Amino acid sequence: MSLELRGITKRFGALTANDAIDLKVESGEIHAILGENGAGKSTLMNIVYGLLAPDEGTISVDNKVLKIESPLDALAAGIGMVHQHFMLIPVFTVAENIVLGHEKVKGPGFLDLERARREILRVSAEFNFDVDPDALVEDLPVGIQQRVEIIRALIYDAKVLILDEPTAVLTPQETDELLRNMKKLRDQGTAIVFITHKLREVREAADKITIIRRGKVVGTASPTASQEELASLMVGRPVSLDVEKNAPKLGGIALDVRNLTVRDYTGRALVKNVSFSISDGEILAVAGVQGNGQSELAEAIVGLQEHIEGEITLDGKNLAGVSVRKALHSGIAFIPESREEDGLISSFSIEENLILDLHDLPPFSNGSAISQVAVAENGVKRVAEFDIRALSPKDPASSLSGGNKQKVVLARELSRPVRLVVASQPTRGLDVGSIEFVHERIIAERDSGRAVLLFSTELDEVVGLADRIAVMYRGEFIAIVPADTSREELGLLMAGVKR
Amino acid sequence: MRKILQKIKLPILALVVALFVSGLLIAFSDPKVLALKGDPLSMIAKALSIAGSAYWALFRGSIYDPQLADTGFFGGLYPLSETIVVSTPLILTGLAVALAFKAGLFNIGAQGQFIVGAIGASYVGFTFELPIVLHALAAIVAAIVCAGLYGGFVGLLKARTGAHEVIVTIMLNYVASYFLLWLLSTKAFLREGRMDPIAPEVLESSRLPRLAGQDYRLHAGIFIALLAAAAVWWLLNRSTLGFKFRAVGANAKASRTAGISVAKSTTFVMVISGALAGLGGAVHILGADHALTNEVGGSFGFDAITVALLGRATPLGTVLAALLFGALRAGGLTMQATTETPLDIVLIIQALVVLFIAAPAVIKAIFRLKNVEEGQAIGSKGWNG
Ligand SMILES: Nc1ncnc2c1ncn2[C@@H]1O[C@H](COP(=O)(O)OP(=O)(O)O)[C@@H](O)[C@H]1O
Ligand SMILES: [Mg+2]
Repeated sequence: MSLELRGITKRFGALTANDAIDLKVESGEIHAILGENGAGKSTLMNIVYGLLAPDEGTISVDNKVLKIESPLDALAAGIGMVHQHFMLIPVFTVAENIVLGHEKVKGPGFLDLERARREILRVSAEFNFDVDPDALVEDLPVGIQQRVEIIRALIYDAKVLILDEPTAVLTPQETDELLRNMKKLRDQGTAIVFITHKLREVREAADKITIIRRGKVVGTASPTASQEELASLMVGRPVSLDVEKNAPKLGGIALDVRNLTVRDYTGRALVKNVSFSISDGEILAVAGVQGNGQSELAEAIVGLQEHIEGEITLDGKNLAGVSVRKALHSGIAFIPESREEDGLISSFSIEENLILDLHDLPPFSNGSAISQVAVAENGVKRVAEFDIRALSPKDPASSLSGGNKQKVVLARELSRPVRLVVASQPTRGLDVGSIEFVHERIIAERDSGRAVLLFSTELDEVVGLADRIAVMYRGEFIAIVPADTSREELGLLMAGVKR
Repeated sequence: MRKILQKIKLPILALVVALFVSGLLIAFSDPKVLALKGDPLSMIAKALSIAGSAYWALFRGSIYDPQLADTGFFGGLYPLSETIVVSTPLILTGLAVALAFKAGLFNIGAQGQFIVGAIGASYVGFTFELPIVLHALAAIVAAIVCAGLYGGFVGLLKARTGAHEVIVTIMLNYVASYFLLWLLSTKAFLREGRMDPIAPEVLESSRLPRLAGQDYRLHAGIFIALLAAAAVWWLLNRSTLGFKFRAVGANAKASRTAGISVAKSTTFVMVISGALAGLGGAVHILGADHALTNEVGGSFGFDAITVALLGRATPLGTVLAALLFGALRAGGLTMQATTETPLDIVLIIQALVVLFIAAPAVIKAIFRLKNVEEGQAIGSKGWNG
């Protein structure tokens, strides 16, 4: 079976998300679609799966042009999809989710869940998936939820399986497992469309690679291409992937955290008894799968968490229980995890966003009024210094791309006197060029003698930047290890396996 | 200029459509029009003449009435004076709602705050004997303090306990109304020789000067209201405090992350919002009514929500919207008195304006507009705001 796309074009208003895309996927191959965030990969696949209607172009299966108007049409044509953002109903069981939309009834009003259960167990056994058909989806870890989506596609006999950024939520070991299963399916004759922006995985699993940039197919590559070649095709210019850094010049202890526990308002501990310290000129990177207490730990240090126990000191001065403002002004630069929600006010201008923290201090304020002149001057200066690509500093922050939004946050946070940089997922969702910029800035801060606490779920980033690595699992620091620890070992730690 | 035009396009078109739809309603609810069912042409003519005369009465009651012009051009402007008298408190309550909204709060409590302000101003006005100017100032300050505390209480509750301001302000509206009713039955407030709930008139020394002689109710309160609008504009767009308000209103999480205290912003904005509504009450008592009754509040506090919505929560927009509503209110009385169209049609016009602004799709579809700036739909933010 083969899937062929011809001239697929999709516009969202003025934006052309897909521009005359041609693509052919054959059975028995893993076809990787590589592209930066926003390149249009999900849009293309949502069109194939019937979730979006193309403005132009045709989809054909085995040389027959099909009209796919809904996921049911897609499934009927043998196309299954695992979404980037899972489409499962949390309060339903696995089996219920799988029959959804295909409810077969035994008699009036009675669902035939029995058959679904048997099928789930069969597929689950074949791929070592270990999925319980009667478990509630909300109780399952994301890795298992993803398997549920794969099972659903397989049960409906998908001959083409689309996986949209499937590894974003997985540990390195889970990723390996997934790649193995993909290969197994390929060998059984399934065509797999594998969407990702991670070069390592593409080179490991793909048989063919198609690269999309700004909605257009810009080329194909063979899996033997180097990471640098793939990256520069993706970005459209040469990029260096290696983070260049010298050996750290360590100073005295800057941040010291002792027995820190953070609870939510119900009293459940999200961070458990964590102790560590960071020296001047050192990057401590906290690795871990998303949702293991990293966000809460970062927030506790800057005063955004209310229920904390334990000690936090910066240069010997207490930070536990102080206000956010006090924490920031005692020398912390904070890059929050979600720049849209926590980092920026989208409706405010760029220049206003640049003074969110300092708006009531000189030179921006004389106590009661804000100096428009000082705000504008600062805007022009920072936009130039951090190379923020905007038409004017007076434009709303919402008009910026992700990378430039992050630059605004960096520019603001690094303009105060800084002793410690706390950066939560600072490159999530950024394009390669912006990632380079952020990494360089973080290293520059470290080299000028500041302590850096970096939280990242991307192992490449952790390994590239860290001077020491802490691994966080279920709220605990399960280990603090040297920067040259192997990926395998880090992966095991991230999955909670202690040495 | 084009930008401004772009901004006011939607409210103005909404008004036009609302007037048109209400015109149909006026005409076709009239039995005389319906009686002509068999004869479409004369039916349309009759409809036009009925709607026309209703709107003409509305105009005469709100802006200029030639029949009153026997003493000269200015005599005919009597209705305009009435419009401004009604608009003045509405500007202030409208500003109260608009300011809170910019800070992310839905202040439904302008009505209660208005009443509390009116009580404070009235008490100082009839109790103390102070020199002119000073007396009015003292009464105004009393109103601002009382209503500021009344509003600030809501902000404090929200900041401390998370109690939703919509619920608290609705409840406090009742508290203010019934408190007023009770006060008017106490010795301190009951006017000598009267049994009905009316307080003594405020002393001459505390009254706001009339601007066009004793025949017109137009008083200096309009200047206070316009000054307040300018002050709110400055507060929001130029001051440090206003920056905090807007930041918290636009994205409370990001503000908190940048070290801005959401709790303080919430409390302060409700103090100022309450004070503005209370100032409305003071101005109305000291300028127009002079004596406190249980009906002092009218619907100034409730119309304020619509006014702020129509004015897109900006100070200038709020002033214009308040003037429009004042005109509809003042003109509605004349319309009811001189034609067979009831006052309620004014409420329908107001409701339709709001409806069309809250659902801009309708207006866009009618006029085939593209890219009209919708601004923030106040109404849709409601509960989560
Ligand atoms: N429903 C939509 N409405 C408007 N723009 C959209 C929509 N979906 C995606 N886009 C835009 O289309 C572009 C491509 O998005 P997407 O296909 O999700 O990229 P990718 O999956 O490659 O990261 C982005 O600029 C995105 O903002
Ligand atoms: Mg995507």
